[in-house]
Amino acid sequence: MSSVYEQLGGEAAINAAVEVFYRKVLGDHYVNRFFEGVDMEKQAGKQKGFLTMVTGGPNNYTGKDMREGHKHLVKMGLNDAHFDHILCHLRSTLAELGVSQDLIDTVISVAESTRADVLDR
Amino acid sequence: MPMIHFEGRDYFCAEDETILESMTRHGVLIPSSCQSGACQTCMIRALQGTPSAESQKGLKATLKAQNYFLACVCKPVEDMSIGLSKVSPQFTTTVVKKELLNESVVRICLQKPSGFKYMAGQFINVQRAYDELTRSYSLASIPADDVLELHIKRIPDGKMSNWIFDELKVDDEVSFFGPAGDCFYVSGQAEHPLLLIGTGTGLAPLYGILRDVLAQEHQGTIHLFHASLTAEGLYLEQELRELAAKHAHLNYVPCVMHGDVPEGGQQGNIADIPARLIDSLSGYRVFLCGDPMIVNKLRQMSFLSGASMQDIYSDPFVFSE
Repeated sequence: MSSVYEQLGGEAAINAAVEVFYRKVLGDHYVNRFFEGVDMEKQAGKQKGFLTMVTGGPNNYTGKDMREGHKHLVKMGLNDAHFDHILCHLRSTLAELGVSQDLIDTVISVAESTRADVLDR
Repeated sequence: MPMIHFEGRDYFCAEDETILESMTRHGVLIPSSCQSGACQTCMIRALQGTPSAESQKGLKATLKAQNYFLACVCKPVEDMSIGLSKVSPQFTTTVVKKELLNESVVRICLQKPSGFKYMAGQFINVQRAYDELTRSYSLASIPADDVLELHIKRIPDGKMSNWIFDELKVDDEVSFFGPAGDCFYVSGQAEHPLLLIGTGTGLAPLYGILRDVLAQEHQGTIHLFHASLTAEGLYLEQELRELAAKHAHLNYVPCVMHGDVPEGGQQGNIADIPARLIDSLSGYRVFLCGDPMIVNKLRQMSFLSGASMQDIYSDPFVFSE
């Protein structure tokens, strides 16, 4: 079976999704302090990598990458509640782009599987 | 099999191997992350040879135009030379004009050396001959001009700016390296609206970009916001008003934080002003130049107001003594 990534329309679709997703994240005052002072373009690149991964597109991310990449945020207080906000933005982004509920559930379950690494537990 | 030239050495790239894989195999560790063309961490520039279309997917138009590409998805079909930057020749030229634009900004025009090519909005690194002190200044001219125009702000205790203000004269020799920078206009999508915002001498590259855009007959609406603390900090007001009178699709808005507001202008924080006149930036191409803190704020504002990340070009200035 083809991946969600392919069913969505590949790289171009992920590009569109990143914009919607990142706007939601930056507009959320509960989590946007974690993005203060970061280079927006580099951050968007990372998010594109993340969305590519959780939709099953080509990627080479490992749990170690997720852990190392978020350690400084965990020191700043990143916790489950923030992670839940991000999942919620991911869910509504996909819904807005017309992705079906079962595909959204698949993506969310992949994203959920990174929780322990992201929160460094 | 193509050879890849990088920092003075040649590396052999095997069939079906990406440049990133080949370099890694040879012990050259280019920073990378996703290895699938998404995160852009491994972006590098082709100095010779043409990168594949696949490896330029998702890059900004100005980066594509300068042959940047993603090493992790580029399978070369010919020999390539790659690197982060080109070594610029040093150009030597003379000052042909020097005039004050306001109390703290001087306009310097240099004879354009033959062989020097640039895009309006890029910058050069000016070097003082006797001690090699070097500072970056944006070009306010367009390639069709005979001169290179710089707008230089006097910085308190600024070594270069005070020397330029107080000692540099017409007919003096000046040398520079360049050009550099990726905040410029790439032709295409001529009907899309443009938003140009500059603080202080951030107007310099925008003045070049604006004249370039008009020369290339851009059709969409063009908004130019020039912001300063007070009206005394604005400059080229007359020229810009005349340009706006001549071009119906150009809207020039002088902005001040405090004090008297020039005719047709706005008062307040520049990050808040564009939203008063423009509902959504969806479909806009945005150019932001000047103070880094404000440029960063404006980038975020532009993105949250609907501009696509790929359509936001910025040049944050760093002022040093």
